[in-house]
Amino acid sequence: MQWFDYAAPRSVAEAVSLLDGRPDARILAGGTDLLVQIRSRRRTCGLVVDGKRIPELNELSFDPAAGLTLGAAVPCYRIYGDRAVRSAYPSLAEVAGLIGGTAIQGRASIGGNLCNSAPSADAVPLLIALGAQCRLAGPGGGRTVAVEQFCTAPGRNLLGAGELLVSLRIPAPAPGFAAHYLRFIPRNEMDIAVAGAGVSLRIQDGVIREARVALASVAPVPLFARAAGEALAGKTPGPEAFHQAAEAARAAASPITDMRGTVEYRRHLCAVLTRRALEAAAREVH
Amino acid sequence: MQSKVHVRTAINGEPAEFLCEPRQSLLECLRDLCNLTGTKEGCNDGNCGACTVEMDGRIVTSCLVLGVEAEGAQIGTVEGLARGTELHPLQKAFLENAALQCGICTPGFLVAAKALLEQEPEPSEARIRLWLANNLCRCTGYDKIIRAVQQAAREMKEARP
Ligand SMILES: Cc1cc2nc3c(=O)[nH]c(=O)nc-3n(C[C@H](O)[C@H](O)[C@H](O)COP(=O)(O)OP(=O)(O)OC[C@H]3O[C@@H](n4cnc5c(N)ncnc54)[C@H](O)[C@@H]3O)c2cc1C
Ligand code: FES
Ligand code: FES
Repeated sequence: MQWFDYAAPRSVAEAVSLLDGRPDARILAGGTDLLVQIRSRRRTCGLVVDGKRIPELNELSFDPAAGLTLGAAVPCYRIYGDRAVRSAYPSLAEVAGLIGGTAIQGRASIGGNLCNSAPSADAVPLLIALGAQCRLAGPGGGRTVAVEQFCTAPGRNLLGAGELLVSLRIPAPAPGFAAHYLRFIPRNEMDIAVAGAGVSLRIQDGVIREARVALASVAPVPLFARAAGEALAGKTPGPEAFHQAAEAARAAASPITDMRGTVEYRRHLCAVLTRRALEAAAREVH
Repeated sequence: MQSKVHVRTAINGEPAEFLCEPRQSLLECLRDLCNLTGTKEGCNDGNCGACTVEMDGRIVTSCLVLGVEAEGAQIGTVEGLARGTELHPLQKAFLENAALQCGICTPGFLVAAKALLEQEPEPSEARIRLWLANNLCRCTGYDKIIRAVQQAAREMKEARP
């Protein structure tokens, strides 16, 4: 591997001062993207700043009113091993168990999944569906942005110079709320999504009050298909409404053809996965 | 440029230290600096699992861990499985079931399977296959590995008081 220096700051402020003025510095969470990229020379990096000794990046706490605080470096195995997460956000526990295999999940974080900003990142559509917010810290102080605004291009995001992701905030699930993520891969596990759909629904008195749909691997960034969710509001959950949302998701997708799939195939998958994810979420509410 | 870093850690329950470059993986540190060559290098990018070790109670691919990150950690490698000359039940079951041919994947499978059985003593076949999906074997076709893990699970259960 190319030479780099290593620092393990103990606070957010220390991390910011290490990153500030060092465009060649990168935060290290689980390293399952970063170290692969440095080794294969897809990324140059002069300073690796280990985020895992910063308390805020390791926080995993649930409050029934405020929701979930998920530190940016919390690895997947802690997420699905957490009782509160499994009961309040089963879809999040499931997606943490979907990334890589067991040994990858021992390291890989959801924060790293988001900051790596791949269009195929499995956790990101679900985070968007869950209405998650990113808490960032930087030289100018802190700010909060919605996950759907975070990724700007393949491998790029709106983190500015010296800025890092501290944690994700996920609202407490309201009564009648459920979310689900589905991806298509040709194997059973350990592969990159050909397409994926993350959805959420809030059903009250038999009517969908709110819905969100986001898609993986069908646009330059994880795609918030706002129209697909809006098509569901006020409707009765069922085949007709879900078909309309699935068609809206298909229309929102702007995929490319590559070795994993063609444009036509990916559009088709968007519709199928959106419909099935909505069906699964609706089953969970009942 | 930073010089080498002095890392204090514990490997297989024994205090250990090494002097490494920040860019060296834990896998390199184990093999080249600690002389623990049981842990194997396959793909060097997280896919094959040959380099699997235990780190603070969960399994990781040591090719994607920096040696410097081992500071203060508890590391478990395949060398920690046998008690003296007494093989671990998993090691015996691998031998009895011919669950290895070339053997390069074996240390990773053993470390991963041990972590599974410690956490879930009676896993289903589907659970074993899913847990071991991060470990690739080009020789055996997997069935013998799965049977070996099932046999070890049975034997470990019988051995418990
Ligand atoms: C074998 C294998 C299988 C995989 N399978 C999947 C899969 O099924 N689905 C999937 O989506 N991904 C998969 N991945 C990719 C990877 O594991 C995930 O994207 C993972 O979530 C990355 O998390 P990490 O903690 O390892 O990130 P890291 O590698 O530590 O970081 C990723 C990037 O984000 C930056 N970063 C990390 N934390 C912060 C922060 N707090 N602030 C600012 N920047 C930050 C880093 O600098 C780096 O650029 C796989 C990888 C491997 C090697
Ligand atoms: S060598 Fe580490 S996973 Fe293959
Ligand atoms: S025994 Fe040869 S790779 Fe598994």
